[in-house]
Amino acid sequence: MDLRLSEDQSMFKRMFADFCAKEIRPHGEHIDQAEEPPVELLNKAVDQGFWAALVPETMDGCGLDVYTYTLMLEEIGRADMSTAVTLAMHNSLVVKPLLDHGTGEQRDRFVAGLAMGELLGAFALTEPGAGSDAASLRTAAVRDGDSYRLTGSKVWVGNGGLAGLFLVFARSAGGITAFLVERGTRGLTVGYREKTLGLRGVSFNTLYFDDACVPADQRLGEEGKGLDIAQQALNYSRLGLGAIALGACERSLEEAVRFSMDHIQFSVPIAQKQIIQNYVANAKVSIEAMRGLVTHTAWLADTGQDFSQHASITKLFAGHTAFEVTNKLLQVHGGYGYMKEYAIERYYRDCRALEIIAGTSQIQQYLIARHIYRAEGLEIRP
Amino acid sequence: MDFSFPKEYQLFRRVVREICDTEIKPLAKKIDREHEVPSELVRKLASLGLMGVPFPQTYGGMGGGETGYCILAEELGRVCSSTTTVVGAHIGIAAMSIHLDGTERQKQKYLIPLAQGKHIGAFGLTEAAAGSDAAAIKTTAVRDGNEFVINGTKVFITNGDIADTIVIMAVTDSSLGAYGGITAFIVETASPGFSIGSLENKMGIRGSSTAECVLQDVRVPKENVLGRFGAGFLTFMKSLDIGRASLGAGCLGGAQAAMEASIAWSKLREQFGVPVATKQAVHFMISEMFVDIEALRSLVYRTAWLIDTHQPHIMEAAACKLFGSEVAGRCSNKALQIHGALGYSRDCEIERGWRDQRITEIYEGTNEIQRIVIAANLFRPYGVRIPT
Repeated sequence: MDLRLSEDQSMFKRMFADFCAKEIRPHGEHIDQAEEPPVELLNKAVDQGFWAALVPETMDGCGLDVYTYTLMLEEIGRADMSTAVTLAMHNSLVVKPLLDHGTGEQRDRFVAGLAMGELLGAFALTEPGAGSDAASLRTAAVRDGDSYRLTGSKVWVGNGGLAGLFLVFARSAGGITAFLVERGTRGLTVGYREKTLGLRGVSFNTLYFDDACVPADQRLGEEGKGLDIAQQALNYSRLGLGAIALGACERSLEEAVRFSMDHIQFSVPIAQKQIIQNYVANAKVSIEAMRGLVTHTAWLADTGQDFSQHASITKLFAGHTAFEVTNKLLQVHGGYGYMKEYAIERYYRDCRALEIIAGTSQIQQYLIARHIYRAEGLEIRP
Repeated sequence: MDFSFPKEYQLFRRVVREICDTEIKPLAKKIDREHEVPSELVRKLASLGLMGVPFPQTYGGMGGGETGYCILAEELGRVCSSTTTVVGAHIGIAAMSIHLDGTERQKQKYLIPLAQGKHIGAFGLTEAAAGSDAAAIKTTAVRDGNEFVINGTKVFITNGDIADTIVIMAVTDSSLGAYGGITAFIVETASPGFSIGSLENKMGIRGSSTAECVLQDVRVPKENVLGRFGAGFLTFMKSLDIGRASLGAGCLGGAQAAMEASIAWSKLREQFGVPVATKQAVHFMISEMFVDIEALRSLVYRTAWLIDTHQPHIMEAAACKLFGSEVAGRCSNKALQIHGALGYSRDCEIERGWRDQRITEIYEGTNEIQRIVIAANLFRPYGVRIPT
């Protein structure tokens, strides 16, 4: 057991940290207040390989192992959560499943664009009536010669407003099936953008499919394999959100520590007060526990082991912990923590999404329990 | 022991709820989005006597006491926390401090128009370097003949920019410290030298303004000293003590609304072929909300009774604010979770409630300060002095 970073990993981490501190962090407040996806910044991130994190070097990508990918997301999360979630969805939920399940032809056609910043990926699973119960989705895919006709609607599609390529899940004759759908496809309309509590730089949109024609060679994987593909992608997404939560909590701690050293009450910096010390200490414990989970889960993934239960554990723990940590560290800021000019106000709102997106905490609890009971021979229902 | 409300309070609650549901609730989203509680709404509340609920009728109030005021705060808290905050700062600390410590002349001149809602009140204590440590204020008031000249800057002042009357805490003798050296003054905001600096951009209660108030050579007559000279600290402590019960009441209303909305939504929302209301995870969250809410309700109205019957209430009032804000935090957070992605959307009132409640753990004495207040009072009989 050696938990030290390799030379490559250390180098990457330094590179990520430098770029994020210089190029992303100064824009966090503006991204939130303008509620604009940081397009320019995302373009700059292309050169850093942030769009191609998991793409093999043989395909001109960065070829990061999963652990190094989590280091990347941690650093972006420390700088700005909207940017981190945007890039995590692109890499975990679109690029990764394309690499894992795409045909040679599909990879040739789409990977370069996704890696080079021409196509941002978006994952379209949730529907108005199918959130936690994704398997009940209704969008229909009807085979019509060499293509499929898609009809239905998707909601809360992250990156929806910007994406060039959508990974869409629809019900065909053989069951739930995944499709790669390009923006501009006739019959596909990108609609309403959600106004959210936090993650205000992420574009969550409604998509409408009205008899949209998708060539059969853009079906990802076999018919009926859609949910498996979605689950595998969501495992990477959940681990990635854990890494983002880690970066967010580290940033929040940094902000609170600085504030508590600068803010004088009762003639001393409030850092001298026991209750502040307790809040700060507890936050640090949570951060280190989170790091342990993220690292362990990434190791399972990198060594080819099943990490689905650990992805859920990481996401559940990270979502809950990020809320608790940012909540207490906001409290350290007192009234200032409620003001938008302090980063903690934004991080507290941003982190609240982590108990909802990519499967609510309740769904993670179900999935974890299912692993436990399945090992004992009992199938449980949600 | 009789836990039922007297008839007149039941009637009062019915009337207030009706107004809240018809006049305020439909505006709540707009109030949040446009950062303003419309002045017509405040005038409407005033015309109904609601801007002076606790005060005696002889001073333009409704004579509802703390219990009546808590009913008002609870009902407002159900529909719009921005409005609760505007009304709370006006009644709970500004007018209340004059009611508690004002001379007959001051009450005639200032309390009556405040209680009638013809004037709006604010309370100016906090400064950039004096939040939890209120005794560290730097604003000064210097005697000059029959007047005092006040200089300083107050921050985070609720209603600062809409107030006609503001109670300002200022240092009158820096050698004497908190007890003896700080005096409360009634200041008319139309006075020359009083101006508004920046307005805060906040996470929630966005319809309630939070202003920086700048006092530059503001002259007030010596008759406007509120309470004993040098005893300003006692004036604000007394006012804040009472104010804390009604803060708990506002939280009670918010928590109750969050629970009711969660029950309604979980019945509507179907997943896995059934309403999510049939899921145990939801049952447990709702049950925990109920327990929190009922405990808070008992605490709030028992404390109101202590205040109305002139019994000691400092610890209980601090507990109302502390427990109330934490209940509101837990309930609004669970409600958001039950609503799922919808709860994270600004199209949903749950999202607003979640942002609005977070300030209740901070303002009018952070929850850390409430714990210190309670501990100090508990240890005092044992001769242990709690340092801050």
